[in-house]
Amino acid sequence: MKRSSWREYEKEIAHDHYYYARSCIRQNFFPGSETTFLRIMRDVLGKDIYDDPRHTSCTGIGYHTDIVPLDTTMAVVARQFALMTEAGYENMAVSCITSFGLYTEILETWHEFPETEARARENLRQATGREFRIPKNIAHTSDLIFHNREEIERQAVRRLVDAATGEPLKVVEHIGCHYAKIFPKSGIGGSEFPYVLAGMVEQWGGTVVDYPERRHCCGFGFRNYLVQANRGFSIANSRKKLESMAPYKPDMMVANCPGCAMFLDKWQYALAEMENTTYGADGRGIPVLTYEEMAGLVLGYDPWEMGMQMHQVDVEPLLDKLGVKYDSAAKFLGRGGKYIGAPKPVAVNSFSGDRLYRIKQ
Amino acid sequence: MSAIEWGYGINAPRTMDLDRNDIGPAREILAEMPEWGACIACGGCTATCTAGNLTSFNFRRVHTLVKRGEYAGAWAEMNKCMLCGKCRLVCPRGINTRGVVRLIKRKLGDY
Amino acid sequence: MKKVAVIGGGPAGMQAALSLVQMGLAPVIVECSSALGGKLKDWHQLFPSMTPAHEVLDELTGQIADAGVEVMLHTEVEGVTGQGVTLAGGRKLEADAVVVASGFDIFDARLKEEYGYHIYDNVFTTVDVERMLNKGAVALHDGSAPRRIAFVHCVGSRDEKVNQKHCSKVCCITGVKQAMEMRTLFPEAEIFNFYMDIRMFGPGYEEMYQSAQQDYGINFIRGRVSEASPTIDGRLQIKAEDTLVGRPMKMTVDMLVLLVGMKAGGSNAKFSAALPGGGITLSSSGFVAPVDLFAGNVSSGLEGVFYAGTVSAPKTIGESIDEGAMAALRVAEYLKGRK
Repeated sequence: MKRSSWREYEKEIAHDHYYYARSCIRQNFFPGSETTFLRIMRDVLGKDIYDDPRHTSCTGIGYHTDIVPLDTTMAVVARQFALMTEAGYENMAVSCITSFGLYTEILETWHEFPETEARARENLRQATGREFRIPKNIAHTSDLIFHNREEIERQAVRRLVDAATGEPLKVVEHIGCHYAKIFPKSGIGGSEFPYVLAGMVEQWGGTVVDYPERRHCCGFGFRNYLVQANRGFSIANSRKKLESMAPYKPDMMVANCPGCAMFLDKWQYALAEMENTTYGADGRGIPVLTYEEMAGLVLGYDPWEMGMQMHQVDVEPLLDKLGVKYDSAAKFLGRGGKYIGAPKPVAVNSFSGDRLYRIKQ
Repeated sequence: MSAIEWGYGINAPRTMDLDRNDIGPAREILAEMPEWGACIACGGCTATCTAGNLTSFNFRRVHTLVKRGEYAGAWAEMNKCMLCGKCRLVCPRGINTRGVVRLIKRKLGDY
Repeated sequence: MKKVAVIGGGPAGMQAALSLVQMGLAPVIVECSSALGGKLKDWHQLFPSMTPAHEVLDELTGQIADAGVEVMLHTEVEGVTGQGVTLAGGRKLEADAVVVASGFDIFDARLKEEYGYHIYDNVFTTVDVERMLNKGAVALHDGSAPRRIAFVHCVGSRDEKVNQKHCSKVCCITGVKQAMEMRTLFPEAEIFNFYMDIRMFGPGYEEMYQSAQQDYGINFIRGRVSEASPTIDGRLQIKAEDTLVGRPMKMTVDMLVLLVGMKAGGSNAKFSAALPGGGITLSSSGFVAPVDLFAGNVSSGLEGVFYAGTVSAPKTIGESIDEGAMAALRVAEYLKGRK
């Protein structure tokens, strides 16, 4: 694709000294990704990043489902900023797209309506006695990996290519809606042709699949998932994307949003069980990676150390294609060799001729 | 198939997919009555429609759907028409709307 | 003989110059490009009569040559006053009055990123189509004939996302015209026009629209295309709502034509800024604002400065020519009795 326009949407990204704001749900579904991020930032890039156990959820999911009022959300976000200020940091590195969107939106709201900032400051003062400074720079953590993609390439042990043939891997990139759809200027490449993940994929040797439903939402949508009766709408969105990308036979998906990575991965299980349909070219599911996992594989990290055994769709076919050496027997061994339990075999991971994906024509 | 009780299904798409819709019957109607193509969807027909004011029948919407290849239910909808002919008097583009009703019924009887 | 500087050698400027000659005045056309004609040079046939554009162009340029009007080509204007114009490099061209006929700019379709102009090979603008028609080479990027063509109305018009809130007026009829030209070239193709409103304001336009629907089999769908994306076979998937049935729709097309709007001329802001005390004022859309839209529609409010054509709003070629004549009349009235 002739993607030249992304350079018109480059934003300021701080070079060092970050306050790390974690995601709530990633630590359950992709539990090794944030650890991998810190490892890359510190060990590979030599950056100073502060991982603060005191910070809380940003309330984004509660806010977007109308459970948490805006004033409460602003006060919680103000507290995160206060913790950052107290720790002596000015740059926020945000792990979650929902949080990143929320922080960006709240800062914009405070800028446009200063009385809302005054109220948030007052609420925080009354509740906790804390004060805060507005962050100098807010970046999503995928921005930071993008920012350092060349240095990561220099230290890489492999590229995103088929180890046997040298062919570039075909990668579907999926950007969380709140990364740049709220404020296109806040995302690398804007909202129509975002480049934050595509830039990593291309830098590290893969090719990006531009398929018809590339811009479409994964369907997570907060209340649309949280209310069971609404999930038919949520899963239908993911199916729409999967049907649209399947003909390109992608080797993997990579996402920068906790919800998207989770749903694109786990809905493949549900679709296989409900409809007997899988979307990978080999009749199995399409592995879904976080960008930290993708960077970690390029840097030669052990997939099980990065928590990739927690994926719904098995990643082994991808690892084999990349030529990653891994210990199959160690997949479900946790810290200290303790067995963490293994899931039952399910349709999305099976491999038999009668399960070849079928796109409904 | 799994025996899992999901508590929800998968929503069917509402999108009209013009790559998959069979436009053939609509084209046949247009070939017989090219003036049907000149509809500007003003809704005059529906405003005056004897049936449409007392039932869910919306002539403008249903015949436009037929034009896009969306035939499901069109025949049954057209059966609500009383063939009174008022719509034809109203039409600013001079379309034989009564004829459109009869053509849709004839061509789409099987749908 | 009194001298009048005419900025711009398009239809309005050329007609202004011709009418000024008729009134015994001495016009000088200052044109930034290498030839007279303005954007008319690129057009193929003109709606609604399908008159070849070169006939109108040749008529005007021929008369200019016959009348011996002085023409300065390759000359940029930096500033305007009632006493003349400042040219690039600071040189002054003194005049007794000035007609600003500097026209409009074509909206840059790349700004509507979601349509993928200059990203996907088979996305064109109406300007590209006119050029292809002129070359007699309307085809897809690979030289093949399109089987399905979609026109998108209001690209860079009526759209606050790209700061173009105004209606460009002539795109709807251009879309009808080009759809009919496509039908003639590709009798088997399916052709769709996606519009927000159809605005058929001129003589014969509505009749042309009806004929496009009825005789040419063009499908008009009321709904704005939200995005274009590539398909695996190198075509384009587009999405819209068919608002008249209230359902989203999608389809794959071979060729996407963007009806690009008329954007205020880039020099308008320059002319306005060069007179800090006011004089040349701009409307919110960036076009110059005449003193009123009735009897004063070619008057700037600044002594000795007059407007003609699309410098003040989107207009057809006929309307621009009319305004050229009108501006010349106002200049003559203004100069009458002055030393």
